[in-house]
Amino acid sequence: MAELTYRDAVARGIAQEMERDNNVVFLGEDVAKAGGVFKSTVGLYEKFGPLRVRDTPISEQAILGAAMGAAMTGLRPIAEIMFADFAAVCFDYIANEFPKLRYMTNGQLGCPLVVRTGNGGGARFGAQHSQSIENWTMMIPGLKVVAPSSPIDVIGLMAAAVRDDNPVIFHEHKSLYAVKGEVPDGEILDTLGTARILRPGKDATILALALMVPRALAAAETLAAEHGIDCEVIDVRSLVPLDTNTILNSVARTGHLFTVEENPRLCGWGAEIASIVADEAFWDLDGPIVRITTPHIPLPAADHLEDLALPNAPRIVDKIARVMNGSVR
Amino acid sequence: MPGPNDFGMVWHLGWNHNMREKQKGSRAAGLPNDDIGPDIRLELYRLQVEIRDCEKRANDLFFQNLIKGTSHLSLGQEGIAAGVAVAMQPGDKSFCTYRGHAHTLARGVPMEKVLGELMLRDNGLMRGKGGSMHLTSVEHGVMGSYAIIGAHLPIACGSAWRAQYLGQTDVSVCFFGDGTTNIGAFHEALNFAAIWKLPVVFICENNLYMEYTPIADVTAVEHPAADRASAYGLERIVIDGNDADIVYRTAQAAFAKARKGDGPSLIECMTYRHSGHSRADPAKYRPEGELEKWLERDPIKIYRERLKEFGISDAQVAAIDAESKRKVDAATEVCKASPPAPVELLTTDVYADGGWSWRN
Repeated sequence: MAELTYRDAVARGIAQEMERDNNVVFLGEDVAKAGGVFKSTVGLYEKFGPLRVRDTPISEQAILGAAMGAAMTGLRPIAEIMFADFAAVCFDYIANEFPKLRYMTNGQLGCPLVVRTGNGGGARFGAQHSQSIENWTMMIPGLKVVAPSSPIDVIGLMAAAVRDDNPVIFHEHKSLYAVKGEVPDGEILDTLGTARILRPGKDATILALALMVPRALAAAETLAAEHGIDCEVIDVRSLVPLDTNTILNSVARTGHLFTVEENPRLCGWGAEIASIVADEAFWDLDGPIVRITTPHIPLPAADHLEDLALPNAPRIVDKIARVMNGSVR
Repeated sequence: MPGPNDFGMVWHLGWNHNMREKQKGSRAAGLPNDDIGPDIRLELYRLQVEIRDCEKRANDLFFQNLIKGTSHLSLGQEGIAAGVAVAMQPGDKSFCTYRGHAHTLARGVPMEKVLGELMLRDNGLMRGKGGSMHLTSVEHGVMGSYAIIGAHLPIACGSAWRAQYLGQTDVSVCFFGDGTTNIGAFHEALNFAAIWKLPVVFICENNLYMEYTPIADVTAVEHPAADRASAYGLERIVIDGNDADIVYRTAQAAFAKARKGDGPSLIECMTYRHSGHSRADPAKYRPEGELEKWLERDPIKIYRERLKEFGISDAQVAAIDAESKRKVDAATEVCKASPPAPVELLTTDVYADGGWSWRN
């Protein structure tokens, strides 16, 4: 058992898989000799050498295209897109190439790769280096999409992503890199498509992802202490596959559903889940499904404005308390 | 822009120049010095004729409404497909564009599998799930046909990276049109391939038109691929793409270089498509007389003369022509008799487990 930061967990997860399988290779901008701009891949170049850990030019299309060509011919690449916003530069691969290959070729070819992104806000980087893009990737058939919230999940889900035979988009959260957590020694392997109940509760279900998870947990403690509302907090972890069983079972117990989403409001991941719950668990609900999201705006750089934009614990508490008291929808 | 009479002098530059001189010498000296030989020549001819006949049949099937959607023919560009494919070895990988029927056939994929896919029948290469623009046959080394311009250049780099990393000797070959040279992925891929010294060969088929627009109207340099080569430390190579011998020799040299670990090549092949960009395009934008001039430079016409020059009998040529027609007719009948794919295919192979499930 050791205490590890989320940042160091990234490097440990990649190293674990590179040690296990020689076909795992890693490429991206500044990832090798510099150890990554977020210092999340420190030591990999020294450990695995220049053939397996490769610096690339600022060429996001080349990075993802090369990862795909290597994946479809036998390697297991991990590619880094430094800031998630840059996925827009190479979105062809994410939207048109990786996810359609197997279908279009009637199963002749597959694309077993992992794309890591530095997702999300809170670092005062402004609108083009802060967006949460998990909903961009969730909407594409053929991709798997995960977003871990803790060091141990980073390692276990990274291992599962690398071993998966599908293209997996792995959203790391920039504002979680410094967060510490207990991590056991030895190999860690998790399962994609599994949500996790982090705080059991009987009155309401709160779904959260990545940076929103610690905020939802903090809000739940306040709601319990100050409002007498006992919330169940679920870390969704994997948007595709989606663990609807865990979510629907929780809603059946609590009768209330709240989502806490960092993505801008329209077509955020919680909207899809709200739709599923409305379709399949409507008669379990005792109140409206309420989404707590970043407003439908680009993110500002100024700290007080960015803090206002992203859902935080006081806002979550306020919203849930008012809805649960029947004073607001 | 060079006219049809300028072939060789203007377009034939680079390392290949010496080989062409050698060829001239061998012609003067007679057959014994022929560096290509009758077997390969007959194969080059056979492929060109079969591609021509199959593409013409595809065109006919459109007009019978037996091919739906869109389709992009390589009529007039067969010399490139044949020349490159014959120079390839088993295990080499082809990455094609939506104008990929020719390159798919050239790797030995049976006509009925190609026509079946164009007709969206169950017997097609992908059982109708991909269609004309996405022909793929992994068992023949055809690693896909990509319909987003430029996307497959980086993908071919990745395949070449795999070969380099694993110490495998195959070469990844990437075909694309002149229009591709103006999209970012082209430039990213060339730089990437050059800095990593990847065993990849980029083949630009310059047919003078970017879809409906003359490439010269939208490109800052005369030769859209070759004139960019120096920016990536690569040799400037422009060849006559309608002469399968020249294509074959140039591709061979590039493949040898790649296999030796000496990195990528970019080859610009001058050619002309006899039909429009796609089924929807009657190609009315072409200046009067241009097509006729290029028909004089038809790769198959050139090659028939070449065979005669090298003493291959009319009877052998006629036998190849007849066999090609027979094959196309037989393939067409197989496809017409094939049912569409079963509806279960709608949701197969979205994910690696064979299905489409995104939730539990």
